Amino acid sequence: MRQPPRYLTFRVYQGVDLSQLNPVQNASPTERRMDIFALTWRLPIIVWQILFFVGPLLFMVAMSFFLVKNYVMQETFVFDNWSKMFSRGYFRDSYFLTLFLATLSTIVASLVAFPASFALAFKVSESTRRWALFLLIIPFFTSYLVRIFAWYVILAESGAINAVLSTIGLRPYTMLNTKFGTIVGYMTLTLPLVVVLQTFSLANVDRNLVQAAHNLGCSPWRTVYTVIIPLAKTGLIVAALFCFILSFGDFVSPYYLGGSKPPTLPILIIDTTKSGQQWPRAAVIAVVMMATLITIAFAAITLAYRKRASR
Amino acid sequence: MTFKATDILKPTRREILKISGAAALSAPFVSRAWAQVTEINMLAWYGHGEADIVGEYEAANNVKFKPKYYAGGDNMLALIAQSPPGTYDLILSDGEFVQQLNAAGYIEEMNAADYPFDDMLHSDFEKFPGHWKDDKLYSMILRGGHLGVSYNKNSVSAEEAASYKCFWKPELKGKVGHFDWHLPSLGMMSLYNGNAASLFDVDEAAWTKLKETTLSLRPQVGGFFDYGGTFNSLKNGEMQAMCGIGDWITGVLERDGAPVASVIPKEGGIQFTESYSIGKGSEKADEVTKFIQYMMSADGQVKSAQMKAYPGFCVTKAGRAKLQEVDPKEAARSGQVEGNSNDPIALINEGRIHYRDIPKQQSLEDWNDFWSEYKNA
Repeated sequence: MRQPPRYLTFRVYQGVDLSQLNPVQNASPTERRMDIFALTWRLPIIVWQILFFVGPLLFMVAMSFFLVKNYVMQETFVFDNWSKMFSRGYFRDSYFLTLFLATLSTIVASLVAFPASFALAFKVSESTRRWALFLLIIPFFTSYLVRIFAWYVILAESGAINAVLSTIGLRPYTMLNTKFGTIVGYMTLTLPLVVVLQTFSLANVDRNLVQAAHNLGCSPWRTVYTVIIPLAKTGLIVAALFCFILSFGDFVSPYYLGGSKPPTLPILIIDTTKSGQQWPRAAVIAVVMMATLITIAFAAITLAYRKRASR
Repeated sequence: MTFKATDILKPTRREILKISGAAALSAPFVSRAWAQVTEINMLAWYGHGEADIVGEYEAANNVKFKPKYYAGGDNMLALIAQSPPGTYDLILSDGEFVQQLNAAGYIEEMNAADYPFDDMLHSDFEKFPGHWKDDKLYSMILRGGHLGVSYNKNSVSAEEAASYKCFWKPELKGKVGHFDWHLPSLGMMSLYNGNAASLFDVDEAAWTKLKETTLSLRPQVGGFFDYGGTFNSLKNGEMQAMCGIGDWITGVLERDGAPVASVIPKEGGIQFTESYSIGKGSEKADEVTKFIQYMMSADGQVKSAQMKAYPGFCVTKAGRAKLQEVDPKEAARSGQVEGNSNDPIALINEGRIHYRDIPKQQSLEDWNDFWSEYKNA
């Protein structure tokens, strides 16, 4: 029988698992070299994250306490910006609208993507799946803004969809500058990504378990709900989370397809910086957005992994 | 013959002589070319540093403009405030922000004798508000444009467009757009309320009434747009009327044959004014002065009037005459012909045009706050 690697074996001394206390200290020279090796590889991403994520994030939090006088930011520590933004009704309205639209986008994208992902994972050949995934990635080669402007031609009252509807006697529908337009924009941004992530997740489901469910008399629908979805749950939740994050922070769709009517938080950030160069107040909005996203991401990841561990 | 990587590091004596000779002979030309091109850093609205405006001048004078574009006076002030003195040689600003540029010490004094003040189309342009202080010139008016009712001729008649009231027309519900900037839109609402010349100088009661009037328009509004969005929504017919703009957008669409137009309604219109200033600490003030003189010449004024990004009217008599001569179609379209009902100068003379300004009795922040509330209403 093949022995597990030495670094996976526990060394017990007087009933205490030493490797759990301090794995590095108790490691052999070979293991220590491995740790240094692993750390060396991890170092670039750690440095990157500190420089370009943690650093700017901390600066943004600090900036939310600054003041702007004569268009110049002054480094102070006052709560004026926070009290100002939280006392504004439009800030609360924008917050809940953004939350609602991002949630709706996540639900719609997950539901629309699932049948396509399921077909790609279970119903088509390996070659077809590769081509389909390649085609799903192609939209990312072009500018998101250009793709959004392309929707003008399709969704306008004089556009392609209404032209088709008019042939069957239906009146033109207003789709641009509505919440529907915003959701279409969000789908343009997120749907290909959600399909790709869902497909990867579903393709990794153990076929033997699906076969076993069939053999035990489980109907196809029940197999999907009780076997496939629980097994692919982590990937499905991660896909939904990506969709939420991208939609929540998107400026382009609500502005150009939703007509900024009413504005979402990213639009409010632009509005705030445009007039009076109130970057500190924009920082307050950004911090609130970050806190919301971190909370939701943490909850989603917890949900994604919790039951899997207990199974 | 085999090639070794080390060969490249060991050229023959003849090769060294050839390379050195070529370098020695070409160096004076290269360095002369480099030395003669003067880079001028320009801070302006989009379009002013594009080839259709500066291309000919660059070629003739061996200068190169490096434009930095902004959107809105606030943005412009912030960019200057956050840059070291001397960063921008040439600043194109909206007329109402010149005073603030000067107060903050961001612009140089200019020599009035360098510019054609004796050739102005209107006396207001000779001593334009904010451009002079203590009888010293700080900014040179380049061009202007009028903001009023912009509409689609297929759904709004010329008679209806003669008043801002047309924005409330029931058939336009969801079809009225706003250019997403509070100053021109709220300015128009102020004009509709009858504030006329004091449209930006409103007391508390008038400010409250202005907010009520604006909020009553909200159900009609189909969206809030930037330049690209405004342009597209009018072009594809999604918006049938637009508040906060004028010929500077519909003019571009009209040139392409779109059924849109802008008129100054009976309540009056707003003028945007664009002016050149020399950045404080610029080491290229002489080159910048020369360029401003070019733009104030008849040829420069025509280029400005024909600007592809957005048109503006000439402010000099020579510029207008030249436009009528070289591009009569554009002169007629933009009303820059004496006797035309839309002649911008005649409109000013009739007292129907008010120069855009910043709020006098409220802060910009008050107006912006209300604008955000309005968008959320």
